[in-house]
Amino acid sequence: MSTLEIRNLQVSVDTDNGTVEILKGVDLTIKSGETHAIMGPNGSGKSTLAYSIAGHPKYTITGGSVTLDGIDVLEMTVDERAKAGLFLAMQYPVEVPGVSVSNFLRTAATALRGEAPKLRTWVGEVKDAMEALNMDPSFATRNVNEGFSGGEKKRHEIMQLELLKPKMAILDETDSGLDVDALRIVSEGVNRAKAANNLGVILITHYTRILRYIQPDFVHVFANGRVVEQGGPELAEKLEANGYADYVSK
Amino acid sequence: MSVLTTNYLTPTGREEAWRFTPLKRLRGLHDGLAIQSDRETLITKGALPSGVSFVRENLEPLASSDDVIIERVRGAATSVAHLAIAANTELAEPIFLGRSAGALDTAEFSRVRITLGTHAVATVIVENTTDTVLAEDLEIYCAPGSNLKFVTLQEFESKSVYTARHHAVVDKDATFKSITVTVGGDVVRILPTVEFKAPGASADLLGVYFATAGQFFEHRMHVDHAVPHAKSNVNYKGALAGKDAHTVWIGDVLIRAAAEGTDTYELNRNLLLSDGARADSVPNLEIETGEIIGAGHASTTGRFDDEQLFYLMSRGIAMADARRLVVRGFFNEIVSEIGNEEIQTRIMDRIDTELEKAAHHG
Ligand SMILES: Nc1ncnc2c1ncn2[C@@H]1O[C@H](COP(=O)(O)OP(=O)(O)OP(=O)(O)O)[C@@H](O)[C@H]1O
Ligand SMILES: [Mg+2]
Repeated sequence: MSTLEIRNLQVSVDTDNGTVEILKGVDLTIKSGETHAIMGPNGSGKSTLAYSIAGHPKYTITGGSVTLDGIDVLEMTVDERAKAGLFLAMQYPVEVPGVSVSNFLRTAATALRGEAPKLRTWVGEVKDAMEALNMDPSFATRNVNEGFSGGEKKRHEIMQLELLKPKMAILDETDSGLDVDALRIVSEGVNRAKAANNLGVILITHYTRILRYIQPDFVHVFANGRVVEQGGPELAEKLEANGYADYVSK
Repeated sequence: MSVLTTNYLTPTGREEAWRFTPLKRLRGLHDGLAIQSDRETLITKGALPSGVSFVRENLEPLASSDDVIIERVRGAATSVAHLAIAANTELAEPIFLGRSAGALDTAEFSRVRITLGTHAVATVIVENTTDTVLAEDLEIYCAPGSNLKFVTLQEFESKSVYTARHHAVVDKDATFKSITVTVGGDVVRILPTVEFKAPGASADLLGVYFATAGQFFEHRMHVDHAVPHAKSNVNYKGALAGKDAHTVWIGDVLIRAAAEGTDTYELNRNLLLSDGARADSVPNLEIETGEIIGAGHASTTGRFDDEQLFYLMSRGIAMADARRLVVRGFFNEIVSEIGNEEIQTRIMDRIDTELEKAAHHG
């Protein structure tokens, strides 16, 4: 049983025109097995929250805390956060030229497990993970995300989620750009990871569509750098009907 | 009179061709002060297959040269080491040449020739692993319809000085591909140059280099499109790390008025891995005819991509390993073209070692 606690998190970025405050005090608590949907208008800071938890160097934490089971996450390097059990499925997965998917996955698994996976079982493990996400085996020899379509990149992210078995995952718009079949396949992958590892999930999305596949326990409305309302799944339906007008005007 | 000639020939560093090169570190190769040794160190590894010969003989140069050191080599060398691959010989395995002997107090002036007969197909790999002072005039002739992959590995020890011209004359419908790897030595200056003899000829000039603290590596291409319908492609990738690591890449491509239907592209990418290193990159395309298929160039010099490192590290991969993956990935595109697993592994391991050295010394 793990708990990810975000307390009064404040984050800014340095731009050419000075420092811009983006997160203005975010509070969230996610426990193992829970799924928290975060919905909110473009530019409200959802990806900033995701990146800040994962430790992207672009963002400066100016206040607040993030802990995993009481341990300070913000003190950790990016790889230490992953080793502690955090995973970020990115809105825009990065291309890494010249590095094959299979080499990347094996290096990551070696780092996370503390030893190189046994070659014989590993090959099967990767094959199964790729098959489960309906990815052609040829992706193993391709360079990481290079030339992948938008949807293929997202499937690759969730394939890693299943393979690397984190405790807490942040899925940043994993559903954007997926066709109906891919949406189902990806959702099933997330649900398998939830069932297998009692995964806690922060699911950032603009659409209620994915919430029919991945049932949220909580829905949070994010606006202007903070959580402005919380509720159950019914809140998502309300947002879809009414939009964010009530929240952004505040 | 001879003094005058010497002064006239000796580069001062103000010449375009010499403006980047640290002349003082050339151990007298450029000003005639190097003491000539009579060593001839180029040897073949293993038995030669049939259709292939390697002999020392007298040969006239294939092409003229305006490089001072090449002139000195031509004056000093008494014979030419000649690797000849007979017409219609198709070799499945590479031929290995190499230099593993040398000295630093004297200089070797060496002339080398590689000849491919018509429709011959071969891979020639030259391994330079010694600590030496070497000036080399290496000329290649690819007869009509032949196909040569020419790999040179500059894995010199740390004090070596190596200046060379690798000049390829590519005849009708012949294919020349060079892969130049420079990872060792104090000063390495290579002129990979190509001239096309007839239509249908093509040349691929690929290279990688990795300079660490204090090393100077210069690669100065010249591709001469003097005939119609020839094709050239240049792609060099370099990494630099450490104080006063300095690389120079010059890509001169000349498309003469007669060279209609030319297709050429040149690319140089540099990865600066630390402060205090300097990468000069100068593409230079001269076009005298508009009747071409394509001509382009690009040059980039940049640091590690933070997004790539972040992505890898967010999957648990430590910073040092992430950097190693990115650098290996960067070079892989070209190193994998060598087509020999053992050598590719050796070069990649060497790159890892250079990267580690650089990390320790900042
Ligand atoms: N480097 C930067 N320079 C300037 N502004 C930035 C920078 N990075 C982020 N921002 C701003 O921070 C705000 C929050 O961005 P963020 O990507 O977190 O939004 P988001 O909620 O994920 O939006 P979307 O729904 O469109 O993905 C935006 O207004 C964005 O322009
Ligand atoms: Mg976003």
